[in-house]
Amino acid sequence: MSWKKALIPLACVPLIILLAYGFRTDPKAIPSPLVEKAAPGFRIAIYDGDDLFLAGLKGKPVVLNFWASWCYPACYEEAPLLEATWRKYKEQGLMMVGVDIQDKEANAREFMGRFGFTFPNGPDPGSKISIDYGVYGVPETFFIDRQGRITYKHVGGLTAELMEEQVRAILKER
Amino acid sequence: MISTLGGFTLFLALGVTLYAAAAAVLGARQGREDWLASSRNAVLAHFCLVTLAIFLLEYALVTSDFSLRYVVNTSTRGSLTRYKIAGLWGSLEGSILLWEWLQSLMAALVVARYSDRGPSGCRQLMPYVQAVLQGISVFFLLLMTFAVNPFARIFPIPPDGRGLNPLLEVTDMLVHPLLLYSGYVGFSVPYAFAMAALITGRPTEEWLRITRRWTVVAWLFLTGGIFYGGWWSYRTLGWGGYWAWDPVENASFMPWLTGTAFIHSVMIQERKRMLRVWNLVLVTLTFSLVIFGTFLTRSGILGSVHAFADGPVGVMFLAFLALVLLFSFGLVAYRSDQLKGHGELDSIVSRESAFLLNNLVLVGICFTVFLGTIFPLLSEAIRGNKISVGMPYFNKVSVPLGMALLLLMGIGPLIAWGRASLNNLQRNFLKPILGAVAGTAVLYALGMRHVEALAAFAFCFFVIGTIIFEFVVATRTRARTMGESFLTAFGTLLLKSRRRYGGLIVHLGVVIAIVGIAVSSIYKVEREQTLRSGESLAVGRYSVRFDGMEAGERPTHILVWANLMAFRDGKPLRELTPGQRFYPNQQSPFASVDARYHWNEDLYVILSSFERDGSSATIKVIINPMISWIWIGGVVILLGVLVAVLPERRLALLTIRAKAQVA
Repeated sequence: MSWKKALIPLACVPLIILLAYGFRTDPKAIPSPLVEKAAPGFRIAIYDGDDLFLAGLKGKPVVLNFWASWCYPACYEEAPLLEATWRKYKEQGLMMVGVDIQDKEANAREFMGRFGFTFPNGPDPGSKISIDYGVYGVPETFFIDRQGRITYKHVGGLTAELMEEQVRAILKER
Repeated sequence: MISTLGGFTLFLALGVTLYAAAAAVLGARQGREDWLASSRNAVLAHFCLVTLAIFLLEYALVTSDFSLRYVVNTSTRGSLTRYKIAGLWGSLEGSILLWEWLQSLMAALVVARYSDRGPSGCRQLMPYVQAVLQGISVFFLLLMTFAVNPFARIFPIPPDGRGLNPLLEVTDMLVHPLLLYSGYVGFSVPYAFAMAALITGRPTEEWLRITRRWTVVAWLFLTGGIFYGGWWSYRTLGWGGYWAWDPVENASFMPWLTGTAFIHSVMIQERKRMLRVWNLVLVTLTFSLVIFGTFLTRSGILGSVHAFADGPVGVMFLAFLALVLLFSFGLVAYRSDQLKGHGELDSIVSRESAFLLNNLVLVGICFTVFLGTIFPLLSEAIRGNKISVGMPYFNKVSVPLGMALLLLMGIGPLIAWGRASLNNLQRNFLKPILGAVAGTAVLYALGMRHVEALAAFAFCFFVIGTIIFEFVVATRTRARTMGESFLTAFGTLLLKSRRRYGGLIVHLGVVIAIVGIAVSSIYKVEREQTLRSGESLAVGRYSVRFDGMEAGERPTHILVWANLMAFRDGKPLRELTPGQRFYPNQQSPFASVDARYHWNEDLYVILSSFERDGSSATIKVIINPMISWIWIGGVVILLGVLVAVLPERRLALLTIRAKAQVA
């Protein structure tokens, strides 16, 4: 068989390579259009606390986490990391806010008690904040820098490394 | 117990299948008849073993044996027996087993049919046909042995299963997957014969003649599966449509397009000995697209509502697809010297060129659908951003191409072979064209102004005109020359040239379906509104009054429904009760559509949302004119194919009975 003839079957190779490339991508990972943009403002009624405004946090880097007590196991796995990160960095000016979505208050309180949450958390009646942030499921986490821009969005449970890296990034910027 | 037995059966089947393939090739190479006979027996044994595996899995499903992971995933104790049975194709592992069973059945049928009889040349081809078919089975058996074992255990044994996806718990799901899979598997027969023809160096017209009927039957199953899928989607999913250009729908549509092209282009090869390479390419493409489609659904590389799962399955499918493509096109290249056709086009104005154009259009549509389907992948690979193309893209490209196809459907069957004279054109097409013009003018006079609709109708009238014209002229000629009555002449005509007239009936069915598609998509009306008890929503001639909410427990779910009263022109029509089904294991509710289905117009209602106290509900009303014509067209296509493929004797018997009844 001459090399010219071999070209006929070889013409299929690019297609196969393209399909193989498909394994490296995740069709569900849709980049958020909010990254690099100003974080949508919100007001949240903190459980056992006052109302909190995003605008009032200007100048502070913020970790904004969306969770729910029914989100098992991802939110349960992530919760200790959230609390630990909060304790570690709050002295350096980090702010962490938890938005509890589509939840019952009793269940939410049990969840917060179980993991000893000390950072402010509040419900999202009518899912207003979730809609503004394009939240698709829980958990999702947004990292907001001192200028109030979203620098990174993570879907699903966070790992300690990723959390560390992203928190340092928003803390560093002046 | 069943797990061990089932796993062992599949493993044994794998061994037997490998043996069958090897024995066939060895027997053919060394001219050993005993080896060939042994291979044929192994093919049959393979079928028996896979049948046993199916029985084992069904037994586990029906008896709710929750020690099998698969049973847990696809049924619950409370499921109706028929849905327990349907669990076989409710998830990945079982559907692969079903596929492999159909594959083994097909191989057994081929062996039984052609082992000692069959057309000349069949004997030389058969060993390799067996080898190719068994090779395909080897892949599926390997898949089940190493990646998706339907007999895998689960521990600890749960008290109850998770159950089938509620969308699949409808009677349509008992039929649609079976039809579709039979179609998919059916195309492996012409493919195997084509490969055998290439391997043995006899790539002439033989394999086409042998497989013609197999191809048409496979096409029928695939067509039926696609139509039935649309029917299911329309009645079950509750969005008022039947086709969304979802990757998996496209996956079934692409082999249909190339398969349709193949059915037409073989006619040119049979008559003119042209297009040998083209036909081999088409049959290979069709089979590859079947595998490609399955790969898409099972690998999870594209987001789709149908997607099953991911894991090693995707990689194995891709490897198999690569093997099929390289092997088939490698063979075509290897034998290319023998594939030089004989004929040439005599004239552009001829049936050959009409068929060729039809092929180009079909493959063109296939290519655009393919491009649209893998576009998210392409754009991510090349530009790094994810862009998927939706309905507008597919509709924009497929509508004009579909129109062209429609026109060719009218021209192809009537235009002369070789070179059509002006006389031939005038004789065959003048009346249909006049009919189309007149029909379209009537619609215009009746107030239709939509350009696309008018164009679609003009073309449809033209095609129907050619079909009626052909039937009338041929029947009249026969009645006159043979001195028969009009009815007898018509019957014998159908019998004598079944392939031609069956084909025309299929065309008629396609036109009817196209009318349904065009009218229902252009003239669809939908409105959505929140109603308080006693309030009405008016849509066109219809209005719907909301009379409150109700709820009730069903064996597997809780059903909440709205009581609606539908009126047409102010007169009560009937009650409608669209609802939502709430399943304990599912996060969101499932629609329960209600509709008044009618031959010329469907009134389709969906309960979008409701207040928990039952005081108000949001109702969506869709009027789908002539959508039933799509399903009617499907039935006509079925009849046409039956005319074309039923054995002569069977049909003769039917007509004799019909005559007896008339007399």
